Amino acid sequence: MSTQTTNAGSRPISAYLYKRAKLRLFGLIALPMFWIVGVYILSLFLLLITAFWFVDPFTSKVIPGFTLDNFISIFTVPAYLSTSIRTLLIALAVTAVSVLFAVPLGIYMAKIARPWVRNALAVAITLPLWAGYLVKIIAMRLVFTEEGFFNWALAPIGISGPTFSIPLVILTLTYLWFPYMALPVYTAIRQIPPNLFDASSDMGAKGFTTIYRVVLPLIVPAIIAGSVFTFSLSLGDYLVAKFTGGSTQMIGSIIASNINLNPPVAAAFSMVPIAFVLIYLMVARRTGSLERM
Amino acid sequence: MLRLSRASKIALIAIVTFILIFMYVPLLVLILNSFNKSNISSWPIAAFSFDWWQFAATYQPIRTALLNSIIVAAGSTLIAAFLGTLVAFALKGFDFFGKGTVNLLVVLPIALPGVVTGVAFSNTYNTFLSPAGFNIGYFGMIVAHATFCIVMVFNNVFARLKRMNPSLQEASADLGAGLWQTFRLVTFPQFRTAFVAGALLAFALSFDEVVVTIFTAPPGVDTLPLWILKEMSRPNQASVVNVVATLVILISLIPVYISQRLSRAQDEVR
Repeated sequence: MSTQTTNAGSRPISAYLYKRAKLRLFGLIALPMFWIVGVYILSLFLLLITAFWFVDPFTSKVIPGFTLDNFISIFTVPAYLSTSIRTLLIALAVTAVSVLFAVPLGIYMAKIARPWVRNALAVAITLPLWAGYLVKIIAMRLVFTEEGFFNWALAPIGISGPTFSIPLVILTLTYLWFPYMALPVYTAIRQIPPNLFDASSDMGAKGFTTIYRVVLPLIVPAIIAGSVFTFSLSLGDYLVAKFTGGSTQMIGSIIASNINLNPPVAAAFSMVPIAFVLIYLMVARRTGSLERM
Repeated sequence: MLRLSRASKIALIAIVTFILIFMYVPLLVLILNSFNKSNISSWPIAAFSFDWWQFAATYQPIRTALLNSIIVAAGSTLIAAFLGTLVAFALKGFDFFGKGTVNLLVVLPIALPGVVTGVAFSNTYNTFLSPAGFNIGYFGMIVAHATFCIVMVFNNVFARLKRMNPSLQEASADLGAGLWQTFRLVTFPQFRTAFVAGALLAFALSFDEVVVTIFTAPPGVDTLPLWILKEMSRPNQASVVNVVATLVILISLIPVYISQRLSRAQDEVR
């Protein structure tokens, strides 16, 4: 007892803080929250405010005020509306293609491959995630350009690849974000208890029936968790469209091209991907998939 | 076990092979093209040489861009490592109202599209701060990068803290150590590898980032990805871009590799 008091006496700050959990919490959380809320969230909020401002047509300066024109233009300018719909469809397509590849890959890795093949594949799928974003866009351009690798390799069998257009945008985005879908799907399939497969086959189900009736329903949460990435990362992208899409425009293209000329329009348009992503996250949360991320 | 017919097993192997080809052939084509003797990319490659590697090694704009990338990545990693660790400790040690929100706030900067984050910062810097006479300049880029790097350190440190035995810290306090002494001698050594692993991932993330950088880099300042982007906008792919791209692959993979090794080594100890 006496030692404790001497120690408390020799460490006044520690002793003081030890009794005051709230103060300790505040000390920990104050600076990070100041950074994220005071810098980032404030910036997003200021962006929202700017979306209601307008540009003086003569001086091209941003004038504070209140107008809904920027938001209305999203829905009334045909080019803007079609770009939003196109972007949404591209993001959904990327997600669908990723699922289509991730499920067989996951089944192979989790249930068929030997342990060392499984581990090697897990590394092989994760590694390209870190190879660099622009690097992968360049690589896809090199492969699919007119006289590139793809057309060269498949010329003998008379196939020519997609040109720089929407299909290649979908393919490139899939290339970029596929690991985010593949990894959670693989983990989920691995976690399915083996006796479920035994039960299924005992009851006479063949391989594909088991996959369709047992595996798929169990990995839906993992698919949704993965799709949060494939969907939202594709939704906000515009460099892929710029470099592999020919003249394809996405929401990001409109934001990027307006930020210097007309910041309020860019600001209003930024709310479109934010809205899509938030709606998607809310839907995902209802299914309880977010805890798996 | 899952019983599949021979034919469906072969079909699965074919799909997996296709996926691997799809993931690795483009990178291979790119790396091979960095050794292309011609000054623009082509396939098949007619002649190989180290010319463009030598050129890149001494070309000043590339060196400047590389230096900028390292400064920005190091600066933002430092900030993110500090802030991310603080949040991890707060969320691990305390139960409080709004805990879920704090978690969401940390993830938000990478969950929202880069173009939105970039435009938000750019708008704050140019529409609000500069008219008020405050030019953030070069530091603006570091602020933006640090914001989306926090989550990397947070994730790693938080995961480790959750597995740590809290009684060690209590024992340390019972033996008379102060908060700082306990942190330095007991807590930190236990999550050090996770901390370094997270910081390395943050570095790699920042080093590779381009979209937010486009909107936050001051005029005339290029990071390595920005330099690549400018070169890409020219009609033909110069071979020197492939050299820099290969370099980016190497520089990003090294910290990720070390980070993985660190995490795994720690797992094996446990």
